[in-house]
Amino acid sequence: MATIGRLLILAIAATAPLWVWNPYHLHTLIMAGIFAVLALSLNLLLGYTGQLSLGHAAFFGIGAYASALLTVKLEWSPWLGLLAAIAAPGLAGWGIGRLALKIRGAYFVLLTISFAGVISLVSVNWMELTNGPLGLPGVPPIELAGFSLRSKSAYYYLVLAAVTACYLVCLAIVRSRVGRALVALRENETLAASVGIDGTHYLVLAAVVSAAMAGLGGGLYAHYVRFVSPEVFLFTYTVTMVIMVVAGGKGTLAGPVVGAVIFTALPEALRELTSYQWQMLVYGVLLVLVLFFLPQGIVPSLRAMAQRRA
Amino acid sequence: MSDALEVQDLAVRFGGVAALGGVTFAVQPETVTSLIGPNGAGKTTAFNVITGFQSPTAGRVTYGGEPITRWRPHRIAARGLVRTFQRTSVFPALSVMDNVLTGLHLRGRIGLAGALLRRDRVRAEERGLRDDARRVIEFVGLGTRGDALASALAYGEQRLLELAIALAARPRVLLLDEPGSGMTASEKATLAALILKIRDDGITVFLVEHDMRLVMGISDRVLVLNGGRLIADGTSADVQRDPEVIRAYLGHGGQGAHAGA
Repeated sequence: MATIGRLLILAIAATAPLWVWNPYHLHTLIMAGIFAVLALSLNLLLGYTGQLSLGHAAFFGIGAYASALLTVKLEWSPWLGLLAAIAAPGLAGWGIGRLALKIRGAYFVLLTISFAGVISLVSVNWMELTNGPLGLPGVPPIELAGFSLRSKSAYYYLVLAAVTACYLVCLAIVRSRVGRALVALRENETLAASVGIDGTHYLVLAAVVSAAMAGLGGGLYAHYVRFVSPEVFLFTYTVTMVIMVVAGGKGTLAGPVVGAVIFTALPEALRELTSYQWQMLVYGVLLVLVLFFLPQGIVPSLRAMAQRRA
Repeated sequence: MSDALEVQDLAVRFGGVAALGGVTFAVQPETVTSLIGPNGAGKTTAFNVITGFQSPTAGRVTYGGEPITRWRPHRIAARGLVRTFQRTSVFPALSVMDNVLTGLHLRGRIGLAGALLRRDRVRAEERGLRDDARRVIEFVGLGTRGDALASALAYGEQRLLELAIALAARPRVLLLDEPGSGMTASEKATLAALILKIRDDGITVFLVEHDMRLVMGISDRVLVLNGGRLIADGTSADVQRDPEVIRAYLGHGGQGAHAGA
């Protein structure tokens, strides 16, 4: 039953550009995919180590800028740009993890917020490098074997591949001794230390992987929108990621993906159904209802329901 | 084997209060050694310093001749000194199996690269760890509870789970902080038998415990702390006859018996 469900979802995801004719809907799906990468990334920290990063947009933005700058100013291949979009935020994640040493909980949140604040200010004020608030136009499209992935359906498949890769990375980490060490940090760090788990080491590791993944999301975004400005550091992006992870089900693998699809599609659906004034209000009310009735998140709640019926 | 755990002139001061006022003792390998004393005597503080959870004001801790003072807890655990906690400490949201698997952390070898690139090795390692975990769970007598959530266990079972988690970390010295507290008499008897079995397997057991019957029944050696000072060190029989120990426990003239820690 579960296998059939999974195959069905895969089939739907793999054929979407064939039956989603409206380009705007396809655009929404691409954005959902990019947000799925971001939500998977945030979930690795929030869902598994239990540490909330409220500066996650910084890693997203660093990834976007890294790839954009290298491809626009140095004319690197976009593929190398994407690699840099993974490496540069990964390095930043390492720094944050090392700084966090013994900082946990609210203090970790503050550390990540401050980091994002600083990076955002740099992007606005370092005119020579970033072009400041004007942003960087003309980010080149990605090419694959001589074909440009400029079309929405081609880009959709690239993003789908990235989501799958990130999902598999998370799966591989979670189902190993490394993943157990991350969960041990979340559940009881003192006990974890007493059996030889180096909390700092594993927090750094989670931060690096998480930041690198968010950076990939940023790179994908930059080459899709083909324009990067300090707007990529907006706190709204971080909040959206948190909503997706928490409402989807933190600490599960499917939760962030489900959350990303629902909470990317929902505002768009509401935009079509209602006027602007009502859109955000209805969104807020729906969000509150989800969190109120499904406090564990959508995926864990559905699983529990399925189990009760079986 | 000269793998004695030695503590020299260990002192811990919290502000003006001396939780430990310079104590020296040794725990001999493959014995059950108990550390007893009235509340606030500094027993848990001693454990915290030995296992790296608390920095001493002065003094040193060596294990097998190697100084381990001020090492971080996970490194001390990797060196073979594994502790349990006075207040029940498990991974509540995980199953018994996953709790013990987490305890087996040091026995695994897979790192991030291995987890991502060598799934064959991960599978082999996981299989081995699961077998080990099952053996440990069986050993402490939780054989039928492997799938239960730790938070759903009865209190006595949770204490056994703590023991299993610590044993999984393959200790050479196992430090148990009041393992019998809150247990029923029959659970305590089971615990005593387990502790002796652990010692007979070649693991040194260092025990903080309030239950005198449990302590006197299984200890090869008993150390008595009072007010942050070591007042007796000998066999159970020696210690029970010691006038200063009797005074400390009855409360006559046990100076510092009320000093908190």
